[in-house]
Amino acid sequence: MNWIIDIGTNTLTKVVGIGRAFLMLTGALIAFPQWKNVRLTIKQIYVVGVQSLLIIMVSGLFIGMVMALQGYTILVDYGAEGSLGPMVSLSLLRELGPVVTGLLFAGRAGSALTAEIGLMKATEQLSSLEMMAVDPLRRIVAPRMWAGVIAMPMLALIFSAIGILGGHLVGVEWLGVDSGSYWSIMQATVEWDKDVVNGVIKSIVFAIVVTWIAIFKGYDAIPTSEGISLATTQTVVLSSLAVLGLDFVLTALMFGIN
Amino acid sequence: MTTRKTELMVGLFVILTIAAGLLLALKVVNQGFSNNESTYTLYAKFDNIGGLQTRSAVKVGGVTIGRVESIYLDPEDFNPVVMISLSEKYNNFPDTSSASILTSGLLGEQYIGFQPGFAFDDFVVLADGDYIQDTKSALVLEDLIGQFLFSRNSE
Repeated sequence: MNWIIDIGTNTLTKVVGIGRAFLMLTGALIAFPQWKNVRLTIKQIYVVGVQSLLIIMVSGLFIGMVMALQGYTILVDYGAEGSLGPMVSLSLLRELGPVVTGLLFAGRAGSALTAEIGLMKATEQLSSLEMMAVDPLRRIVAPRMWAGVIAMPMLALIFSAIGILGGHLVGVEWLGVDSGSYWSIMQATVEWDKDVVNGVIKSIVFAIVVTWIAIFKGYDAIPTSEGISLATTQTVVLSSLAVLGLDFVLTALMFGIN
Repeated sequence: MTTRKTELMVGLFVILTIAAGLLLALKVVNQGFSNNESTYTLYAKFDNIGGLQTRSAVKVGGVTIGRVESIYLDPEDFNPVVMISLSEKYNNFPDTSSASILTSGLLGEQYIGFQPGFAFDDFVVLADGDYIQDTKSALVLEDLIGQFLFSRNSE
């Protein structure tokens, strides 16, 4: 009969976890309008945003280049290599920009957030803050949450732009697609509100989910070295799955139904 | 000093994002016919619209002057009706104008080629909500091949 008890315990733990995560989010977000915390937020934007810039830019460049290379070999068979521009830009703006940025952000910044907050908990820094009557939700969680939500859409935008330039580099400079048709067919196809704005909306959703998971996993970690390593792994796995799953839902909502 | 360096780097990050946004806005997105321009609506009934889609271009002599707003089937005579919105700048086409569905390039996307009619002395201007009477349907490759084979057989 033990397995029935296990099912019950596990379900309860999960539901309690969701409840705690939601309470933490509301606690952190309601606490934001405090101007002295803006400096903390800027510092966190530096940590999660600026320090992720290099990996985002390099991956964006290479993904754009690879897509141009692969797309060219297929499109050139149909004499349609002019469509390289819209192919690269649409797939970057709609899908790859937000998704790959979300995955990289989970690996680069999310894991660091979990480890940092988890270690703060393990070394009882969070409890000391509470002892000093400083709310750790306001001082630690809120700036990191906002920094993630602000920084990731910016990173996704940069990723897409660099990817399109990378596609231009390979397609136009190396493979000899006409530069004019690369840009003009792209301009005729890509729409601001449908493609760019929807991509930004996607990246904002991914940013909220990834940062939320990362911070909560750290905040909720078992305060031992094993617990922190487990929490970090869970952050990367969970947020990657959440990004990919949500991407399907959002794509179906945005582009699936006319 | 560390906060100053941090702020500098975050400032650069923001500038880089704005640059990326500008690149997307100016180089990637179509600037031509935008939504906030004032438009008026015309209808055109075709026998066959081929691969025409909403947001396809409406062109006069290669210049885009509007877009296909929606496509639906007339519930009475089962012919497709295309609702097009044209820029208010070009609002004095005679009602003898014709619309035909053309293809850009051999395999390119389809668009509506709009041909302004001859302006008589007392011509009527196409106004908002009017139907374009003179329409030519899309060329469907299979139909063409069928006609070709049929004419070869009858020779």
